[in-house]
Amino acid sequence: MKALVPVKRVVDFNVKVRVKADQTGVDLANVKMSMNPFDEIAVEEAVRLKEAGTVSEIIAVSIGPEKAQDQIRQALAMGADRGILVKTEMDAESLAVAKILKAIAEEEKPDLVILGKQAIDDDRNQTGQMLAALLGWPQGTFASEVKKDGDKLLVTREIDGGLQTVSLSLPAIVTTDLRLNEPRYASLPNIMKAKKKPLDVKTAEDYGVDLTPRLEVLKVSEPPKRSAGIKVASVEELVEKLKNEAGVL
Amino acid sequence: MAILVIADHDNSSLSDATGKVVTAAAKLGGDIDVLIAGKGANGVADEAAKISGVRKVLLADDGALEKQLAEPMAALIADLAKDYDAVLAPASTSGKNFMPRVAALLDVMQISEIVAIESNDTFVRPIYAGNAIATVKSADAKKIITVRPTAFNAAELGGAANVETITPPALPNISEFVAEELTVSSRPELQSAKIVISGGRALGSSENFEKYIYPVADKLGAAIGASRAAVDAGYVPNDFQVGQTGKVVAPELYIAIGISGAIQHLAGMKDSKVIVAINKDEDAPIFSVADYGLVADLFTALPELENAL
Ligand SMILES: Cc1cc2nc3c(=O)[nH]c(=O)nc-3n(C[C@H](O)[C@H](O)[C@H](O)COP(=O)(O)OP(=O)(O)OC[C@H]3O[C@@H](n4cnc5c(N)ncnc54)[C@H](O)[C@@H]3O)c2cc1C
Repeated sequence: MKALVPVKRVVDFNVKVRVKADQTGVDLANVKMSMNPFDEIAVEEAVRLKEAGTVSEIIAVSIGPEKAQDQIRQALAMGADRGILVKTEMDAESLAVAKILKAIAEEEKPDLVILGKQAIDDDRNQTGQMLAALLGWPQGTFASEVKKDGDKLLVTREIDGGLQTVSLSLPAIVTTDLRLNEPRYASLPNIMKAKKKPLDVKTAEDYGVDLTPRLEVLKVSEPPKRSAGIKVASVEELVEKLKNEAGVL
Repeated sequence: MAILVIADHDNSSLSDATGKVVTAAAKLGGDIDVLIAGKGANGVADEAAKISGVRKVLLADDGALEKQLAEPMAALIADLAKDYDAVLAPASTSGKNFMPRVAALLDVMQISEIVAIESNDTFVRPIYAGNAIATVKSADAKKIITVRPTAFNAAELGGAANVETITPPALPNISEFVAEELTVSSRPELQSAKIVISGGRALGSSENFEKYIYPVADKLGAAIGASRAAVDAGYVPNDFQVGQTGKVVAPELYIAIGISGAIQHLAGMKDSKVIVAINKDEDAPIFSVADYGLVADLFTALPELENAL
């Protein structure tokens, strides 16, 4: 089985971003960038499936700036076999990203595409589902367990009420949730080896995809500020305040 | 404009989120229909018919829709969407599963998890774990939208819409429901509870959740939540996770016990009306959003709190 794993370059999860004064976006100058954490989980899952003999080849894809090569190299160091960078300086929207991935899937013919459930920058949670729709493939979103079962894929999903398991015909799309696995750190020798793995560089035009955004960002503003309240000295005082001051008990 | 709201339900009752999405839909202005897709969900359709402002309820009853899997749901909704200018669903795990699929089938860019509506093409949504708020204008002719339920009040009940049974188109058969493991609890539902008490890594075990958090929750009639760290460690089930990538809650009172206050956690609870934090580290970031903070060891403070209630 061949697996395709898209990875996105995003602000590191530890960074608390600041909104730009002119309200055109957030300030990303000199902030640490990393692989989207859910995508790391996706790469890890593909590598584990390869180690288990289920997957034979892993292709890591990123749609983003030149610098997104760093994230592809990280995926290669974790165990992916080769990479494709679709270079764009535009902030490609999920639908356009899904269209590019569809074109790549048609070329590469993977049996499985594993994506992160959401990117922690735009918090949109949709690329995997969109790709599944465009390809006409089934989807197992928010996965906490993935198992090959004959010619099907069993995916356990984290849902609002608990867990749900679905059986998908292959090829299929999986999107990862936090409990699927704990991604490994790439070892130094593997980081060195990754530098020699093949990485193709392409553009959106190569796949005939128009990146014109459908959503125009009119402004980006600060969220309403919540200020710190008071410290209470005891449980007794806390209960008194909640009853008589806040009126919530 | 004509608006279709996709109801969130489990074939036996309608979730609170649906009434909230109807409120959001009403802000767009126009005729609002509600779709109930499921199996044996007639009772749910009757419930939806009572939501004020609903023109009619569409009931699609089919075995293939029983578990609302994304593939058949998206096929049904994309087909119905021909007659609507906007389709809205709650940003529940169910809505988040099928709505982007609908959007792509219609070649539309979904507008995810909106918290306000400025006009019929301009919407407000949090990005970067709620550290920034984006106002976006959609150029798509049809709007496919998921709505954060905590940002809208539930619509009144008092309507008497007609229920119309519809026949779904051919539904894809590429996925199959196998099993589910639902958390059973007599406590209020996390996202609609008036009071939520959440525990973090500091609890140390599921036994400690039971011993320290549950009795206080029961005295308060509260729902129980948790940080990612507590869920990852297996102290509580995954559906307890509050945060950027878990559930978003906005109760009257949110009590954070032994939770440091990482931005990903704050994203899921900072719109609560009153926030209480109990943490033994006086510099814990959670105190920066707490109305009432108590610097204390939870293992002594919680039994005291239980007694004081
Ligand atoms: C992609 C991604 C998504 C994430 N999504 C979420 C999410 O949705 N929700 C979420 O919560 N997190 C999320 N996180 C994790 C988040 O970054 C934090 O790691 C997590 O919230 C920490 O949980 P915690 O506060 O319980 O643990 P810690 O940060 O370890 O804090 C424990 C706290 O307990 C206090 N404490 C210890 N002992 C006691 C005691 N005896 N009495 C009182 N206080 C005590 C400590 O002072 C400390 O403040 C996400 C992270 C990533 C990378």
